[in-house]
Amino acid sequence: MISKAILGRKLGMTQVFSDTGEALPVTVVEAGPCLVVQKKTVDNDGYIAIKVGYEDIKEKKLTKPEQGQFKKNQLKLKRYLREFRMQDVANYNVGDEIKVDIFEPGEMVDITGISKGKGFAGGIKRWNFRRGPMAHGSHYHRRSGSGGATGPAKVFKGTKRPGHLGAEKVTVQNLEVVKVDPDRNLLLIKGSVPGPKKALLFIKNTVKSGK
Amino acid sequence: MDLLTSVEQEQIKKDIPDFRAGDTISVYTKVVEGSRERIQVFEGTVIARKGGGLKETFTVRKISYGVGVERVFPLNSPRIDRIEVVKKGKVRRAKLYYMRKLRGKAARIKERD
Repeated sequence: MISKAILGRKLGMTQVFSDTGEALPVTVVEAGPCLVVQKKTVDNDGYIAIKVGYEDIKEKKLTKPEQGQFKKNQLKLKRYLREFRMQDVANYNVGDEIKVDIFEPGEMVDITGISKGKGFAGGIKRWNFRRGPMAHGSHYHRRSGSGGATGPAKVFKGTKRPGHLGAEKVTVQNLEVVKVDPDRNLLLIKGSVPGPKKALLFIKNTVKSGK
Repeated sequence: MDLLTSVEQEQIKKDIPDFRAGDTISVYTKVVEGSRERIQVFEGTVIARKGGGLKETFTVRKISYGVGVERVFPLNSPRIDRIEVVKKGKVRRAKLYYMRKLRGKAARIKERD
């Protein structure tokens, strides 16, 4: 279960120097402020969650049903709406803002995003297959090998083959928060996160125990 | 200025002297030994400056007891206390990797005013 979470955008990667002078690779994420749009309760919806909006948007870009979710409580319109399935939503009220200061430097987080799309990729790139010899007349360079035994007279489902790679939901666990900048709504995360620049990211406390 | 460069700008040092490939410089680095911190000097010829902005690094080469030693420093590292330019050299290349093949008299660099 999530105890705290925020939505953000990936701005890109750079490096920062730690207190001991080491250069740390970091991803700069612009996160929040997120708006609590609705509280879901067991009585009403059968489960507990908060619905959260992120990033301001013009009225004409949303349909009337989309606008209605905000206008019901006289809230600002937001581009993205996501649900956070929290253990406890007592601390959140409709209209509250969630800011980056819920996180602290040194904390571990999990980040979910849509990975970069690679298109139709071969077995070497997609599944780390090995290639054949490039010379000595081998004529067998980057093709995948056997698709299985001949007995079943078919290729089993789930066999690793060339196909579409990337552009799927990916979660990277246990990433360290290096710095939090509440003035500019920035999070510096050690290491890389899924997706291209400007990609929407979902940042939450990690599920790892930290041992 | 976009946010990414502003994050980098915060860490860029402003007191770096002007030096380039061919110059002889002394780099005063902070070394942590146990709990003490002291300054160590590395003096040699700059043979390359690479990268830009926060990520810029430079390579210093010296001959120590007859063995060539090269160290790569991040230009904006907080571990560098200061940099002093000892001698300015006149060279015709930005990267002096050919110095690795040269010894003694051939490895001299003309001085620039």
